[in-house]
Amino acid sequence: MMEILEGSHAVAEAVKRCRPQVIAAYPITPQTHIVEALASMVADCELDADYICVESEFSALSACLGASAAGSRVYSATTSQGLALMFEVCFNVAGMRQPIVMTIANRAMGAPLNIWNDQQDSISLRDAGWMQFYAEDNQEASDLHYIAYKVAEDHDVLLPAMVCFDGFILTHTYEPVDIPTQEEIDAFLPPYNPVNILDAKNPMSLGMYATPDYYMEFRYEIEEAMKRSRKIFAEVGAEFGETFGRDYSGMVEGYRLDDADTAFVAMGSICGTVKDAIDEMREDGKKVGLLKIRSFRPFPSEEVKASLAGVSKVAVLDKNISLGQKGAVALEVKDALYGTGTEVLDYIIALGGRDVRKRDVRAVADLAEKGIGDRFYGLRTEVL
Amino acid sequence: MEQESELFECGHRACGGCGPALAARLILKGTGPNTIVVASTGCMEVFSTPYPETAWGVPWIHSLFENAAAVASGIESSLKKQGRDEHVVCICGDGATFDIGVLCISGAFERGHDITYICYDNEAYMNTGIQRSGATPYDANTTTTPAGKCSTGNPRPKKDLPAILAAHGASYVATASMAYPNDLIRKVQRAVNTPGSNYIQVHAPCCTGWGFDGSQTIKVGRLAVETGLWVNYEMADGEVEHVRKVANRKPVEEYLEAQKRFRHLFRPQRNEEEIAKIQAIADHNAMAFGVDRK
Repeated sequence: MMEILEGSHAVAEAVKRCRPQVIAAYPITPQTHIVEALASMVADCELDADYICVESEFSALSACLGASAAGSRVYSATTSQGLALMFEVCFNVAGMRQPIVMTIANRAMGAPLNIWNDQQDSISLRDAGWMQFYAEDNQEASDLHYIAYKVAEDHDVLLPAMVCFDGFILTHTYEPVDIPTQEEIDAFLPPYNPVNILDAKNPMSLGMYATPDYYMEFRYEIEEAMKRSRKIFAEVGAEFGETFGRDYSGMVEGYRLDDADTAFVAMGSICGTVKDAIDEMREDGKKVGLLKIRSFRPFPSEEVKASLAGVSKVAVLDKNISLGQKGAVALEVKDALYGTGTEVLDYIIALGGRDVRKRDVRAVADLAEKGIGDRFYGLRTEVL
Repeated sequence: MEQESELFECGHRACGGCGPALAARLILKGTGPNTIVVASTGCMEVFSTPYPETAWGVPWIHSLFENAAAVASGIESSLKKQGRDEHVVCICGDGATFDIGVLCISGAFERGHDITYICYDNEAYMNTGIQRSGATPYDANTTTTPAGKCSTGNPRPKKDLPAILAAHGASYVATASMAYPNDLIRKVQRAVNTPGSNYIQVHAPCCTGWGFDGSQTIKVGRLAVETGLWVNYEMADGEVEHVRKVANRKPVEEYLEAQKRFRHLFRPQRNEEEIAKIQAIADHNAMAFGVDRK
């Protein structure tokens, strides 16, 4: 049913329909509205979950790990410093192969303290073994939760997933969102069917230590599961499309790319602005397009290479920076395009919530046309 | 005689005479098989679970050094939603309990999860090579509080964690010693059958870290109680209920001299002043808990 919902509430409604049995979360702006909404649903008996009011994000994810290991479907949400506080547990959850789904309301990392949006937080956890999906709008943000659970819990995957959407820009924005019925989601997403759980009737040890004789093989298994998740994501995304009319089979999505000379590459809510700017530039006769990255982990290198095959210049809009190098998305795109001769220019943009307008996208296109890239876009040099 | 089956199996890699290994075996006798054990990173995790082997005959999980109480919170919550009734029992060392894990323990106890948290207290970070923890007693020589020309060892007294957790509203708090097996088993049985968050701190001498022969573990454990430096007591709803009484309490020297970690108090010469301070700690314990059998 189509409803006008705040982004956070659209996500909470989706999470509710995924029927998590245990929720553990700690409030942090701009994630708070999600967990408040879920707490209300539990309080009103609309959602049959145990809601653990933990004392920190560290404990939130630790409690999720325990609940998952004991056989329950679990959920958490966080952002920025909260995600940083979970750092150690994030690696542990992936290593212990618990298919936990967590929403990230993307927010800048301090210092300086900043509550507004960029994607530095989740990008900084890119190597933890979690799948990372990025949403352009609130419809996609809510839909990706159904898909994330189904992919994460697939016995060929068994990896945790982050569903990332931009703080404030999406979390606090009201948009029309189609929320499927509980019956429809029940038909799409079966109950959690764990492989190995803590059970006194069948004792086993979980989370043991491994010497050099075994550790590397555990890491290899995680990497192989990541590779298998590509196919599972495509299948689940296609199935979702057949059922609900919104196709998520692609880990990337092209917009007016077919005859483009210059292509933007971006993740998250900025893609909407870029699409509008592209429409304007197209009217001016400029052959520009967009490649939206929906899955950052696993990174769809083959799809990126195929999608950008006919393009001469690529302008990556990175809402993050790997300090001492470039933006993280640009590095991935460069790797994907290695050997093709396509020029990849990187623009660090909109850090800490700075607004991006259509004219900024057009300005980036102009810079890219001149071959000027690999820089912060929109720096206020007068305050440096 | 037929060997009784054990839930903590032989074949683990603990040192001969390991107090914590004995404690684990006794703890599981108290919990019985309908139990899920949550561990922290530490000595016991390493000596009992080198992949692909395990000494645990009950479901066992280890996540990190500091999060056992939070992991246990999630397990308890998950079991509740599934209508299952296993006991959830944390078995963690003193570093994981007194220091790095306090946040998670405080949160779990404040929320009142139905769990039993058991600390095997060997009074230092033994797995990494005998560094001081918040459970290390006054004047103990550790690698991070070494006795030296200007130092008599650890400068601070042991943190009173049982009191801290009793103040959280714990249903049941007890101290025990692996040197008194039946008492320990009975306390574990009581804890796992008491609803709410319960805490047991088990004195578990470490022959390697404390510096005594592995054949003397029980003797050293008993000396701690017999001198008043360790008190075995129970608290229910914040009130002290039972205290193990001691007749003719022994001077603390007998306990201190048995261990290399206090050797600097006796060699090259006796440090009367420091020994007197430690005797004062034992005397205070005896007074506060009514240890002396009159």
